[in-house]
Amino acid sequence: MSISTYQRRRTTNALMLGFCAVSAFLAVGVLVLILGFVLAKGISSLNIDLFTKMPVPEGEPGGGVANSMVGSLITVGLAAVIGIPIGIGAGIFLSEYAGPRLGDVVRFTADVLTGVPSIVIGIFVYGLVVLRMGNFSALAAGIALAIIMLPIMARSSEEMLRLVPQSQREAALALGISRWRTILSVVIPVAQRGLVTGALLAIARAAGETAPLLFTALGNRFLSLSATGGPIDALPLRIYRYATGPYSEQHQQAWAASFVLVLAVFVISLTARLLLRRR
Amino acid sequence: MRRPWRSGNAGDAIARVIAVGLGLSLLALGGLLIYELVDESWQSITEFGLGFITGTTWDPVAREFGAAPAIYGTLVSSLIALILAVPVSLGAAIFLSEIAPPWLRNPFSFLVEMLAALPSVVLGLWGIYVLIPWVRDFLERSTLGHLSFIPLFSGPPFGLGMLAAGLILSIMILPIITAISRDVMLAVPTSQREAMVALGATKWEVISGAVLPYCRSGLVGAVILGLGRALGETMAVTMVIGRGYNITASLFRPASTAASAVASEFNEASYSLYISALVELALILLAITLLVNIVARLLVWRIARSPGLIRE
Repeated sequence: MSISTYQRRRTTNALMLGFCAVSAFLAVGVLVLILGFVLAKGISSLNIDLFTKMPVPEGEPGGGVANSMVGSLITVGLAAVIGIPIGIGAGIFLSEYAGPRLGDVVRFTADVLTGVPSIVIGIFVYGLVVLRMGNFSALAAGIALAIIMLPIMARSSEEMLRLVPQSQREAALALGISRWRTILSVVIPVAQRGLVTGALLAIARAAGETAPLLFTALGNRFLSLSATGGPIDALPLRIYRYATGPYSEQHQQAWAASFVLVLAVFVISLTARLLLRRR
Repeated sequence: MRRPWRSGNAGDAIARVIAVGLGLSLLALGGLLIYELVDESWQSITEFGLGFITGTTWDPVAREFGAAPAIYGTLVSSLIALILAVPVSLGAAIFLSEIAPPWLRNPFSFLVEMLAALPSVVLGLWGIYVLIPWVRDFLERSTLGHLSFIPLFSGPPFGLGMLAAGLILSIMILPIITAISRDVMLAVPTSQREAMVALGATKWEVISGAVLPYCRSGLVGAVILGLGRALGETMAVTMVIGRGYNITASLFRPASTAASAVASEFNEASYSLYISALVELALILLAITLLVNIVARLLVWRIARSPGLIRE
């Protein structure tokens, strides 16, 4: 092997490894840039009114987004109540009951469903729930978000249940415990932490979703506590309306609301990750 | 772990029915989704037929609906995003799986996953107030603006438009492609790398000669999953693309994607044909993303079946 070939190989090596390193720093740099900007802008626009007051009519100063925060809690809460049990159930089916062929079909469907754009889910639920019920509602929004959470929950639950050693199931069965009891009292408790992690990540995903809420929750300026009684606001919706509006007062509040939303999403994701790591 | 046990009592039978029902609910959901969208867009489908897809005029006032501009906008903005994001994502994934020392790998992986968790509407807010002015003043007025003899870079500097949409989409799909590619590369057996090292290969030769060929289909799958996400991404794009319905070569002009059209017009759609046309737009978007996702999943499944927890 000649010296020049060796030189060329070394140069290629250095160049390509350098490119990869630069790429990684670029990817992380973009995040730090965006996150830093959102946090800085958000903190400087934050005040107590944001959490305690309702939105004021356009153009007036002051006001807050308390109703949006309450609305987000209600819609995401409904989504969790609907989506998590069904998702875990589907996960149990995949890991404990499904035969290889049907299992793969359901698994594949779940994976493909996670790729369906959330706005399409919004239109779907608009037709399915909003038109049939006759009005926009927190329930419709909760169902839309639950549909987004469902395939994610199913796949992550399956993954976590599969981590439970087969010997534990066999030990329970050997004691004469029935199969459903084994799943309920042995398999699920062992996988508990993983299931909670999956649920938290799905909630974090749902909390930041905006597109499906446009056609299900719609949003309004008032505090709404009813699940079925009409439009309800949510934090992402409020950010969207304020960000695209012409008033600088509202822009400030959009930044502050974004700060709160990002913080909530990150805290939930972080908790999920820490739970999983501390095993 | 396929059925090491036999069910014998009533409790087991009930539990089985419930679990199978919940599992099959996913299939039912998929079917219902398609049925409902077809049902709601039926008026538009029968009114326009195939002309809906090829029609280039989107004019609700004249009751004329052609989806071509929105489909064009969807494809072009996603293409820009891929061109910008793929090299960087693959580079970053190689860095995270093959090069970085552990003390750097973990925080970097964590940060990339956090970027994936950033709500799209927040990215859109950042897009409006940071990206758009930068695109307008830096890209469109000075750098790319000097290349206005190329049709791509001609047109007035609005900031809002196809270019901004492509840029923001590239930021959105970057962490997704990076995270999945990294998982796929980590699934390559160490023995493959050792074989190359034993032949005296440099680090890059190990990567290009052993790691990348071994997981090629998984990497293609990761890129296509990113594409699927870009095609259906709504909020951030709606906030920066500027809502225009022309098919032009210029990237500086306001445009629309299928998703952005539905998001910005659905609530103002005032008659049933208008609503139906928007639903058909969503149906087309669903068809495109289903196709893309099915291809991508098949490719990724050949390498690694488990979902990373952050997988979209």
